[in-house]
Amino acid sequence: MLSNEEVRAKVLDIIADIALDDDVSSIKDEVALRDQLDLDSMDFLDIVMELKKRHKIEVPQEDYTKLASMKSCVEYLAPKFNA
Amino acid sequence: MKPDNQRIVITGIGLTSPMGNTLSEFREGLLNNGSGITHTEIRHMGVVAAGLCKFDETKYQPKKMRKRGTRAGAISIYATNEALADSGIQFDSVDKNRVGVYLGITEHGNVETENEIHDLYNTHNMDVSFWSHHHNPRTVANNPAGEVTLNLGITGPHYTIGAACAAGNLGIIQGVQQLLLDEVDLALAGGISESTETFGIFAAFKAQGALGHHEDPTKATRPMDLERNGIVVSEGGAVYVLERLSDAKKRNAKIYAEIIGYHSNSDASDFVLPNTERQIECMQMAIKKAGIETGEIDIVNMHATGTTQGDIQECQAVEKLFGAYKNVHVNATKGFIGHAMGAAGALELAGNIPSFTDGYIHPCKKIENLDPQCAISGLVNGEKVSHDVKIILNNSFGMLGINSTLIVKKY
Repeated sequence: MLSNEEVRAKVLDIIADIALDDDVSSIKDEVALRDQLDLDSMDFLDIVMELKKRHKIEVPQEDYTKLASMKSCVEYLAPKFNA
Repeated sequence: MKPDNQRIVITGIGLTSPMGNTLSEFREGLLNNGSGITHTEIRHMGVVAAGLCKFDETKYQPKKMRKRGTRAGAISIYATNEALADSGIQFDSVDKNRVGVYLGITEHGNVETENEIHDLYNTHNMDVSFWSHHHNPRTVANNPAGEVTLNLGITGPHYTIGAACAAGNLGIIQGVQQLLLDEVDLALAGGISESTETFGIFAAFKAQGALGHHEDPTKATRPMDLERNGIVVSEGGAVYVLERLSDAKKRNAKIYAEIIGYHSNSDASDFVLPNTERQIECMQMAIKKAGIETGEIDIVNMHATGTTQGDIQECQAVEKLFGAYKNVHVNATKGFIGHAMGAAGALELAGNIPSFTDGYIHPCKKIENLDPQCAISGLVNGEKVSHDVKIILNNSFGMLGINSTLIVKKY
């Protein structure tokens, strides 16, 4: 059973490997990732792909908006990590 | 004499080659017996000789964009930014709608496709849902030129010229033509290759009996040597800033050379074997278009890839056309850096252009045992020659029988 903090750390690892030119250490959980990092739609597809490759988690297209902020990522992904 | 707005000049050169990442480094290697060929491990091939570039991929682009893009894109971005810096142009004040990017490529997309298929079979158990969404933008044929426009905010036209190993010349020719047609005011043109990242090209040359090899990698490709056994695959790129002479004069630009003639034709005779007569015709037409006499040419840079038949046939063409003219000197570049495929023509021209100012003709990499069938007049072998160079003719030929010749003149 992963805690929310542990889920956050795993998501952050993925984001750090995608937003290579950004400092991800100070991400604000409630603020949209796009508003604080240089991310575009291709980057969000990268996040989806890495969740699948690293953690076998599928994110259907209709749920992409749930990856908007770190807070929404953790809320959405925690049950999937712990399924 | 044509009016200045109908004359096209080179005002900037940027490159990365297996023998240096600036024109001066590259030239130094050509004049002083350098080599850019090393042994390297290639997937499925084991150790082979290759010409690899070692430049800073993120000097001009963010790490994320490098990861998103391709090696060809990274080479293109590097060479283009270097060319613009070299030109001294204030690019911020240039109308980006009037800038065109024209890059020659031998092939594009093999690298990414091989990587995806490798992962599909070896990591993803044939599950295509793991296939990357980056595959299409990385493999579209305009990718290298498109990455340049994204990097520099260029909103004019961009595309690549697929022209096998004649592509470097063809990219430059396209830039010249678009300037003459008044489609753009600034052309960023040249040739690019990422071919060393794909095993397929090595495997195919090996299957063809044309992959150069030697225990000393610097001798793995020996154009015109009796002991030659084939091509060394290399990567690289050279991009030129091209402008109308009238524009170059207006901004008091440094002018490397004027492009005075070019031609391209087709053999229509074989998938891979060259055709001496068509090569002669290509050079003759370029000379005619340049409005010069054959004997005025100071340097003929041969395509000379190091294959048995290709070298002989090109030597026959060059000897027939230039053998009677004592002023004509002949050199070749691939013994130093291998065959940079789509970049070859553009890189090899760059290697010779400094002769306008340093007064030397760079030699062929020392040919120890010259093939009697390649013993042509004016061959500069192993040692540079002092000469007042005014005109260079640059040959690049490719598979499916594509020939290109470019002629540049000291300005």
